[in-house]
Amino acid sequence: MTMKGKAAICGLGITAMGKVYGKSATQFAIESIDLALKDAGLPKDELDGLLVYMGNSTGGSNDYSSVFIQNQMGLRGLRLFSYMDGMGSTASSMVQYAALAVANGMANYVACVFADAPLRDSKVSAGASFGGGKRPTPPGILGMKLHNGYFGANTWYALAMQRHAHLYGTTSQQLGAIAVSQRQWAMKNPMAQMRSPITVADHQASRFVVEPLHLLDCCLVSNGGVAVIVTTAERARALRPPPAYIWGMGQAHRGDNTRAMPGDFIESPGARSKDTAFRMAGVTVEDVDVAQIYDCYTITVLIALEDYGFCGKGEGGAFVADGKLGPGGSLPTNTGGGELSGYYMRGHTPLSEAVIQARGQGGERQVKDHNVVLVTGNGGWMQHHATLVLSPLAK
Amino acid sequence: MTTQHTQKPIPVPDEASAPFFDGAKHGKLMMQRCKDCGAWHHPVRIYCDDCLSPHLAWQQASGKGEVYNFALMHYVYHPAWANEVPYNLTVVKLEEGPVMETNLVDCKNSDIKIGMPVEVAFVKLSDDVTVPKFRPAKKR
Ligand SMILES: [Zn+2]
Repeated sequence: MTMKGKAAICGLGITAMGKVYGKSATQFAIESIDLALKDAGLPKDELDGLLVYMGNSTGGSNDYSSVFIQNQMGLRGLRLFSYMDGMGSTASSMVQYAALAVANGMANYVACVFADAPLRDSKVSAGASFGGGKRPTPPGILGMKLHNGYFGANTWYALAMQRHAHLYGTTSQQLGAIAVSQRQWAMKNPMAQMRSPITVADHQASRFVVEPLHLLDCCLVSNGGVAVIVTTAERARALRPPPAYIWGMGQAHRGDNTRAMPGDFIESPGARSKDTAFRMAGVTVEDVDVAQIYDCYTITVLIALEDYGFCGKGEGGAFVADGKLGPGGSLPTNTGGGELSGYYMRGHTPLSEAVIQARGQGGERQVKDHNVVLVTGNGGWMQHHATLVLSPLAK
Repeated sequence: MTTQHTQKPIPVPDEASAPFFDGAKHGKLMMQRCKDCGAWHHPVRIYCDDCLSPHLAWQQASGKGEVYNFALMHYVYHPAWANEVPYNLTVVKLEEGPVMETNLVDCKNSDIKIGMPVEVAFVKLSDDVTVPKFRPAKKR
């Protein structure tokens, strides 16, 4: 039995995004689930599955956000329920577990939600929200890492840029082309946080966060929530929104390398995740019409393009430099602006835009050919990966 | 402003990492080594991730390696680093195989190159805590 076309996304809810204050992450989560239910045209009592992932502003699984959300919403008929955490890969993974559950009769409608509210007020800078500069010193050798001044994810992706440049000659300007292409998309997305045009020169002039990583290589910080509802293909067809059918699903998790290994810093486990998902979907990279590629940093996009085989390892810089990821380009990528210019809801950013594109609801930014929509999720420092292939077509 | 907010956090040795910090106090870079397969490990772990053996013994490492990768931190996440940015974040690949997330000392940022040979340099932080960092290897 193949899972291709057996399940679909039938509801999408996106709250107000960005500098939206006065609500907690759990409030954003509930609001987004409510919006997704209304989008699908479903009463909340039909919801019998809930998968939750929350951002840094909560205590993660330890603060029982999932339980709080369930009880605040009065979801008393759940048949599937879990908190999940594979970092940036979680969104696509959630949809996969939800699809497997609905296809096998374990649940009918499963909400997969992410929300975060790291921006408490306008006086706290975005970087400080995530970097952990004020956190207590962890015991042992981890404390030495903090003493050495290793803060936040920025460092790891700066190291990825450095090593990629060292091995393949990839330039910061080439990475800037990714930021520019995505900003061009964001300008067409009313929900995007960053909507003024930028050039590669602007990218180069933006300050270094962790050299060689410029500010415009980095994702945004956003308050908000996104939820999708997964159901069977049949049930999705009975609802109002056009179904976004799930054609392919895959994951790969390599964990940490504590010893030097080939591919360190310049490779994600994306190739393996892609193989599983594309085999299921019966597609190749040539078939991809629209790509929603996890973009915590510009380099993350470049590395994923290589790992998926859109170009060879080391060729990503030249591949993106001509603007082919932008509007009118041959590989429309991160068409809502992505995490760099749209909004940062981790894996729910590419996922939400993929649903919009598959449904043909992208308005000014809608890509004409959108039968094969790729979604990728990247977690941690490229330790975790998940892939989805969505389509407006059942088969 | 009190010094509490302007001092870099000092590592707090725990039971598992005590041999590492004791070694550093005496000028030795200590790492765990698997008694069954010989693999070296850093940071502290319970099982050898090559062979799953729980029999890991502390042993002095050579302290020699090379710059595997580096970046320069410009953003001030913590006031203790305010006068130090941009400072180097250097990943050293040790001869024994493990990588260490460290800083190079006695080296200008502009002189750091991937592949350059480095050696351990111990920095005393307090009477109780000394940490290993790295510096360019002396020419022989
Ligand atoms: Zn072993």
